[in-house]
Amino acid sequence: MRLLKTHVLLRMLNSYIVDSPEPANISYLWNFGSLLGVCLIIQILTGAFLAMHYTPNVDFAFNSVEHIMRDVNNGWLIRYTHANVASFFFIFVYIHIGRGLYYSSYKSPRVLLWSIGVIILVLMIAIAFLGYVLPYGQMSLWGATVITNLLSAIPVFGQDIVELIWGGCSVSNATLNRFFSLHYLLPFVLAALVIAHILALHVHGSNNPNGVTASGDRYAFHPYFIFKDLVTIFAFFLVLSILVFFYPNLLGHSDNYIPADPMVTPPSIVPEWYLLPYYAILRSIPNKLLGVLAMFGSLFILFILPITDLSRIRGSQFRPAMKLAFWFFVVDFFILMWIGSQHPNTPYVEIGQISTAFYFSWFLIIVPLIGISENTLIDVATNKYKN
Amino acid sequence: MLSRLSAGAFKKAASVGASRSSTLLYGARSGSVRFASSKASGSSTLDSVMSSRATLASVSLFTAGTIAWYTHLYGSLPFLGEVHASHLSDEGLHPSKYPWSHNGWFDTFDHASIRRGYQVYREVCAACHSLDRIAWRNLVGVSHTAEETRAMAEEVEYTDGPNAEGEMFQRPGKLSDYLPAPYPNEEAARSSNGGALPPDLSLIVKARHGGADYIFSLLTGYVDPPAGVEIRDGMNYNPYFPGGAISMARVLFDGLVEYDDGTPATTSQMAKDVVTFLHWAAEPEHDERKKYGIKAVIIFSTLFAISVYVKRFKWGVIKNRKIIYNPPVDKTH
Repeated sequence: MRLLKTHVLLRMLNSYIVDSPEPANISYLWNFGSLLGVCLIIQILTGAFLAMHYTPNVDFAFNSVEHIMRDVNNGWLIRYTHANVASFFFIFVYIHIGRGLYYSSYKSPRVLLWSIGVIILVLMIAIAFLGYVLPYGQMSLWGATVITNLLSAIPVFGQDIVELIWGGCSVSNATLNRFFSLHYLLPFVLAALVIAHILALHVHGSNNPNGVTASGDRYAFHPYFIFKDLVTIFAFFLVLSILVFFYPNLLGHSDNYIPADPMVTPPSIVPEWYLLPYYAILRSIPNKLLGVLAMFGSLFILFILPITDLSRIRGSQFRPAMKLAFWFFVVDFFILMWIGSQHPNTPYVEIGQISTAFYFSWFLIIVPLIGISENTLIDVATNKYKN
Repeated sequence: MLSRLSAGAFKKAASVGASRSSTLLYGARSGSVRFASSKASGSSTLDSVMSSRATLASVSLFTAGTIAWYTHLYGSLPFLGEVHASHLSDEGLHPSKYPWSHNGWFDTFDHASIRRGYQVYREVCAACHSLDRIAWRNLVGVSHTAEETRAMAEEVEYTDGPNAEGEMFQRPGKLSDYLPAPYPNEEAARSSNGGALPPDLSLIVKARHGGADYIFSLLTGYVDPPAGVEIRDGMNYNPYFPGGAISMARVLFDGLVEYDDGTPATTSQMAKDVVTFLHWAAEPEHDERKKYGIKAVIIFSTLFAISVYVKRFKWGVIKNRKIIYNPPVDKTH
């Protein structure tokens, strides 16, 4: 027998990316998993090289990043790649999740797969936030100050927890040091979770656009899906190089090229674009503690979809109402992203509050209601057919 | 996902009625209904136009395009544009887009302009502004030759040491030295400038919203304050500066410097040259980066094209297969 099928390690490789049978009808939307894997590998590699030249000290961090940009051979390439792939990481993860929502990939038997995915999302956001602090520009310092201060809303223990995280009375050298340590450590935890995600996926295999079992029509991962994944990987590299080489700072904020100064507050403190929706939700709630809860809730609410989606049909392919609801949700997400980038004034606050209300009611009211009404209609139709 | 949206999805979703609920089950089974939107509904022209996917896509494109065009023209979203979170003057006037000669994908910096810009920086800006991250060696091969740069460096005295006796000493500059700062520390800079700190210019183009366009607009944008605007003593009015009141006075006037290459030193010429120089100072990798970029785009476009071909080649068999289902004739369901 071929070594690929008998060797204890190669056998796993074979079972996951060579012989693994995939549904023939999965669309290009199923390519984002492999793209995310590529992103993780790029981030860990470029990150390791950046860490060789970076100094996690409040006095030297900004200068060491500029040293990478100016004096390290091709250092600018490594740093711009690291910074821009972070953005692509989120673009891809949002599309990946959107695919899951549209085709109900969270439904049993893939609840574990979905839950691990939600944990990965939360961890990714944490890692991205930690990484954004490291260049120690103005937005790094003040972003870190705002976000860590959120935890002070926790009753009784809030202030103690915040000071524990800071390692002092404000964002300081101790904070920067631990953030660097965690920013190096957590991606490996993320990689472990990714492996768990793939293991959980392997049990039942990929979902497919029809939402019914595709066991009658599957093809081997190699060559069909290897070569299909390669198409989007090269397309990604193409778009990425256009960004890195021609518009490297397009997605960044100009204030982060000003060295951190604890005495000067920037006119507006905004997070990176991919965190804007959650920032908008945070600011939509007038109460600090409830706002913080809503912000974290907006992520963790993804966990309850397998429970609140009551429809008996998997996926939106044959559910027009759910299709409409899905696109409303997508638009709502973009509205929140836009609101997050605006000053908290009229009418942005009101638009943000309506969008926040819609965000949560989508999970808690709209999705279950659509499920119930569809099930009822099916029951009515089936009974009529029987009689 | 959009491509999988059945052509008349919106229309159907809007017109789900009692008649539809009864056909729901049959629709899913018979298969002919699934493609009905592209065939059966062609009976009326209007109907087919209203339910075509192309109509949906073009209407969306038209709407998005109109909004983008309006936003591009007037710098704000339609209808919401009138609403501003803060007063306009707090954010400063939005700078115009200028046709910088290094804007395009295939354009490098104008190095003659960098050289003139260095002269403007040295003779005008350097009186107050430092350029900490630029060493003399950085100028070599960019704006000056090694000999020229070495000569410029040697004009500056640097403190070095300690020597064998433990004494600090003065020596002429070397290529590895960084450009000298006008003030020894922040306090000295503030006290000489009425409390304001002239920022370091190494990263100024990347560290300001609007980049090179903003710096150019600021340098050339000094005007008298409009009626009703009070400017404190020692401050100057500049509509491009957030808040309108800036500590720096207008510094560039026609004929202020005399260019080696004979270029007439108008205000806008000097502003353009110094901004090009500062842009280079902020992004010294710019020229090399774009050269890499062209190679990367060529390589990845080729790989992308090849991968599309290979994918279609491998999938050709699957895409062209025919699946036949013969329903059992002798049984009802």
